[in-house]
Amino acid sequence: MAQIPSIETRQLTRRFGARLAVDNLDLQVAAGEIFGLLGPNGAGKTTTIRMLTTLLQPTSGDARVAGFDLRHEAFEVRRHIGYVPQMLSADPELTGYENLLLFSKLYRVPASERKPRIAEALDFMQITDSANKLVRHYSGGMIRRLEIAQSLVNRPDILFLDEPTVGLDPTGRHSVWERLQALWKKWNTTILMTTHYMDEAEALCHRVAFIQLGRIMELGTPAELKAKLGPGATLDDVFIHLSGSEQQEADGFHSTIGERRSIQRHG
Amino acid sequence: MVSIQPLASGGPYNVMASLIIRFSDGMAQILAVAEAEVRKLIHDPLELITRAIQPVLWLGVFGQVMGKLRGIPAGNLSYEDFLAPGILAQSVTFIAIFYGIAAIWERDSGVLTKYLVSPAPRWTLVLGKAMGSGVRSLTQAVIVFVLAMLLGVHVRLEIASMAGLAAFCLLGAAIFSTFSLIIACIVQTRERFMGIGQLLTMPLFFASNAIYPLQLMPEWLRLIARANPLTYLVDAMRALMCVGAGSSYGLSTDFTILALVLLVLTGVAARIYPAILR
Repeated sequence: MAQIPSIETRQLTRRFGARLAVDNLDLQVAAGEIFGLLGPNGAGKTTTIRMLTTLLQPTSGDARVAGFDLRHEAFEVRRHIGYVPQMLSADPELTGYENLLLFSKLYRVPASERKPRIAEALDFMQITDSANKLVRHYSGGMIRRLEIAQSLVNRPDILFLDEPTVGLDPTGRHSVWERLQALWKKWNTTILMTTHYMDEAEALCHRVAFIQLGRIMELGTPAELKAKLGPGATLDDVFIHLSGSEQQEADGFHSTIGERRSIQRHG
Repeated sequence: MVSIQPLASGGPYNVMASLIIRFSDGMAQILAVAEAEVRKLIHDPLELITRAIQPVLWLGVFGQVMGKLRGIPAGNLSYEDFLAPGILAQSVTFIAIFYGIAAIWERDSGVLTKYLVSPAPRWTLVLGKAMGSGVRSLTQAVIVFVLAMLLGVHVRLEIASMAGLAAFCLLGAAIFSTFSLIIACIVQTRERFMGIGQLLTMPLFFASNAIYPLQLMPEWLRLIARANPLTYLVDAMRALMCVGAGSSYGLSTDFTILALVLLVLTGVAARIYPAILR
């Protein structure tokens, strides 16, 4: 397991009409690694995640996720991954417990293991006290932790997180970071995440890739990338240096809308 | 790890065994989705009460007035008796036909993304939602049934016919909620869906045997009504609900036609469900 990369893409490409969203992406994420995809809006981060989670067919190229072929073994890929989308998306009409119960059943967690696993996930994400409240009454940080709990009930090999702390207040963000680190220490889950926050990338990611217009511009550990730019450089400096003036031009309408939605929903 | 086994390639027995496992997993996944829908209903039952107002008006006002007129020949039934199953079918299908709004909301709120990334096959998600919609409709059916009884409609109070009525309720709601899901996947936005939903419900209702018999219709409308699944639903419901009413096509024909329609719609919906994300 440790020898095989958890995620491996070969010239993965996705077009939307004339627009090239992801352009011949070659990427390897090792098992047990926390890998960050960074880049401006519209750079292709979310499109990449949506392809790797089988939500979107690649236009060309291929990928293996958790050892399975993305195109031909999508069902197997889905069994081995967890996904927390950008929007706060736990069902607000259900309680926290019910959200977890639903997904434990969809993932066919054996009946005898459901309750203990749900209890463990709730406890681990520190939301046991609110388990029987409707999610509608949760704070943004709590919803995020619930969603991570949800994706843990099936014990995935790989966890995909699309901007896990967008729209959260500082307390919410730090609680999510802290729980993600604890999760990684406990289960050594491979994590592929996207983020706009450089402090988040530094706090969590072992390696990061900067993407711009669907291509990798730089790849390495946060320390390596900072050192490349010069002494005293921050990851923010690296981001600005790499995305430069093209950022505004590349701003994707859809990703901006997506962020607005998630921020609006829970303030 | 999860219990779903990959399709084995070693011999017909293994393939058979894993198909059986997939099928039973599928059934469990359908039930899980339907259960979640029922739980939502229990948390917030207000909608069911407001939804019941329209059928109350149809039965309590329209039916009473038209019954006095004796303008519509309803065979050996009184018009009130004739109308009640039509209104029952209407309230069951109309609550289902707006399911697409919920599907679009689930897309917008991101709930759907997580369903689609789970290993539950698309058809189980479609049928699970359809079944949830069916349970929602059943509550309407109970309200209309009791109301009809209070208004003096001669309802059949046998266990078997009531169970049959419930089964047709589930089937009818499943058909129209799945149809609604397909429309939602095509039109994508709530505003467009509302427009189409309004556009569809009235013709569906009028081009059926819900409020008048097919014999009264001009030929062209009768042809449309014969192609309308609501006609077969009303036909079965009339026979199962009213004392002295018979089915024009036979209950097994009604059931077969409706089941085939559901099968085709489920196939189409499962195929285009992910398209709602774009």
